[in-house]
Amino acid sequence: MKARSEVIAQFTQVAREQNKPLAPLTDDLPLFDSGLDSLCFAIVVVRLEAALGVDPFDTDEEVHFPVTLGDFIGFYENAAK
Amino acid sequence: MPRNSSTSLSSCIVAPGTLNTPVVWGAESSATWEDLATGNIFHYRADDYRGRSVVLTTIDPFAAIAAMIQLDGVARRIVLYPPDLLFEHLAFVAETAAADFIVTDQPVPEATSSRMECIVPCGRKAAGEDVVSHTHNRASEFKTEWVLLTSGTTGLPKLTVHTLASLAAAIERKASASPSIMWSTFYDIRRFGGLQIFLRAVLTGTSLVLKGAKESTADFLARAGAQGVTHISGTPSHWRGALMSNSAHRIAPQYVRLSGEIADQAILNQLRLQYPQAKLAHVFASTEAGVAFEVNDGLMGFPADVLAQNPCVEMKVESGTLRVRSDRTAVCYLGRERQPLRDGEGFVDTGDLLELRAGRYYFAGREDGIINVGGLKVHPEEVEAVINRHPHVSMSLVRMKKSPITGAIVIADVVLKTPQSFPGGATQMQRNIMQFCRGELALHKVPALINFVPALAVAETGKLSRRYA
Repeated sequence: MKARSEVIAQFTQVAREQNKPLAPLTDDLPLFDSGLDSLCFAIVVVRLEAALGVDPFDTDEEVHFPVTLGDFIGFYENAAK
Repeated sequence: MPRNSSTSLSSCIVAPGTLNTPVVWGAESSATWEDLATGNIFHYRADDYRGRSVVLTTIDPFAAIAAMIQLDGVARRIVLYPPDLLFEHLAFVAETAAADFIVTDQPVPEATSSRMECIVPCGRKAAGEDVVSHTHNRASEFKTEWVLLTSGTTGLPKLTVHTLASLAAAIERKASASPSIMWSTFYDIRRFGGLQIFLRAVLTGTSLVLKGAKESTADFLARAGAQGVTHISGTPSHWRGALMSNSAHRIAPQYVRLSGEIADQAILNQLRLQYPQAKLAHVFASTEAGVAFEVNDGLMGFPADVLAQNPCVEMKVESGTLRVRSDRTAVCYLGRERQPLRDGEGFVDTGDLLELRAGRYYFAGREDGIINVGGLKVHPEEVEAVINRHPHVSMSLVRMKKSPITGAIVIADVVLKTPQSFPGGATQMQRNIMQFCRGELALHKVPALINFVPALAVAETGKLSRRYA
C-alpha cells in the first residue's frame, strides 16, 4: 500500500508544482490523460526512487512502459516485493 | 555575400502537378508548399528585407515556414527563435544577430520592440503585388545565414550560424519527388532536429505532418496515422512518451528516426517490437556538428569502423571526445565573446565522450557536464547560480541523474547556510528552493530532487569537484 499512496502523493504534488490540472486518479486512467507530461513523469520517477528506494525501470530485463496509472502503481508494488 | 546561383529554398519548390501535391499538415490547418512559397505573409516589399537580418519567432509554424522559404536568398540572416524559449532572451538574440526585423505573432516585451521593428505576419493566402513572394523561383541574391539557438553556460542562448548548404548537405535529393513518402516529427521545426525534417520534406517535395504546440502526443499520433505518415523522427524521450501514450500503434511507419539524445538499448528494443516493419535509425547530429552519421543495426552505440568509413564526414576521437569535420558543420557562433566553433584543422569538438568496448563505441556523457533532458540541454553552472541566490543556500552542485522517461534529469546537492534552523523542515525547504528555481529557469532546468548535504568536495583548483559522465 505504501507504493500506491506514495505514487498518488507524487502525482498530486508534481501536478501542483507544474500547474497542471490533474484528472481523477483511477487505476484505468491512461498516464498521458492524467494531465502530466513527460517531464512530470521523469520527476515523479526520480522522487519515487528517493521515497521508496526502488527504481523498477532500472533493470536489465525487458521493460514495457506502463500505460495506465494501475500499471504504473503495479510496477512499484512488484519492485518493492 | 551575394551569389548568382539559384539554390535558395524557394527555387526548390516544385510547382504542383495534378496528382499527389505535397501538403504540410498542421494541427488546425494545412497548406501546399506552393502556397507557402507564394502566399503574402508580409506587409512589406521584398526590398525591405533584402540584405537584412530577421528574427523569426511565431507560434504559427506555417508563418515560420513561409518566412523561411521566402526570406532564404533574400535576407542576409534568418534567426530561428523557438516558440518555447523564454521571451526574455529575445532582446539579447536580436541584438547579437544585429536584427533589423522581428517577425512574430506574440506580444513582444517593450524593451525589445522599442529597438527594432516587429512585424506581425498577416493572412498567408492573401494575394499581393510587390511582395516578397516575387522572389519565388528567382535566383537568390544572398547566401543567407541560418542562425539556430543552442543553450549556453550563462543561461543566454548561443547563436550558431549555418547555411542552407550545410543544413541540407546530409539530405539525399532525388530526381523526382517520392509521393509515397510522408514525413513527420515530434520536434518543433525551429530546433535542429525538426529543421532537418522540414528541409527533407521541402527539398524532396514530400508532404509533412507537424505536431501542434499544444497537441497531446496521442492526438498527434492519431492524426499522423490518419494522414499516412511513413517517416517520422523524434528524440528517445519523444518516443518513450509515444509508447506510454498508448497511441504508438496509431502510426505504421516505414522509417523511425531517433536523434538529439543518446538512444539506449531499451528504447531501441521497444521500438523494434512496436514497429517490426520499420527501418530503425538512430542518428548522431547536433546543431554545431551537423548530421554526422546514422546507425541502423538496432544496437546502442555504433561500430568503431563508422568513424573511418563515412565518405562525407571525417571523424576522430581525441581526448576522449568525438570530433567531426565536414561540410555539414556550423560555420561559427555569433556574438562579441564568441568562442571558435572549429579548431585550427576545421574539426568541431562535439563534447560527447566515447568509450570503446569490443569494437563498438558507446556514448558516456558530456565532457562539459551538460545534462540532456529530453533533448533540451542544461548547463549545471546556470542552475547552480540560481540555487545559490536563494537566501538559505550556501553552495550547490547540480548533476545528472538517468531517467527512463527523459533520458536524464537534473538533481542538486545543496549545502544550507544554517542546516538545522529553517522553518517547516527539510521537505518544505526543498519545495521552497524548487519554487525559487521555477521562477528563474525553464522547467526542464529546475532540479527534480534536492539533497541536503553537509559539505561539497572542492578540488585543488578551488572549484567544485565534478564527476561528469
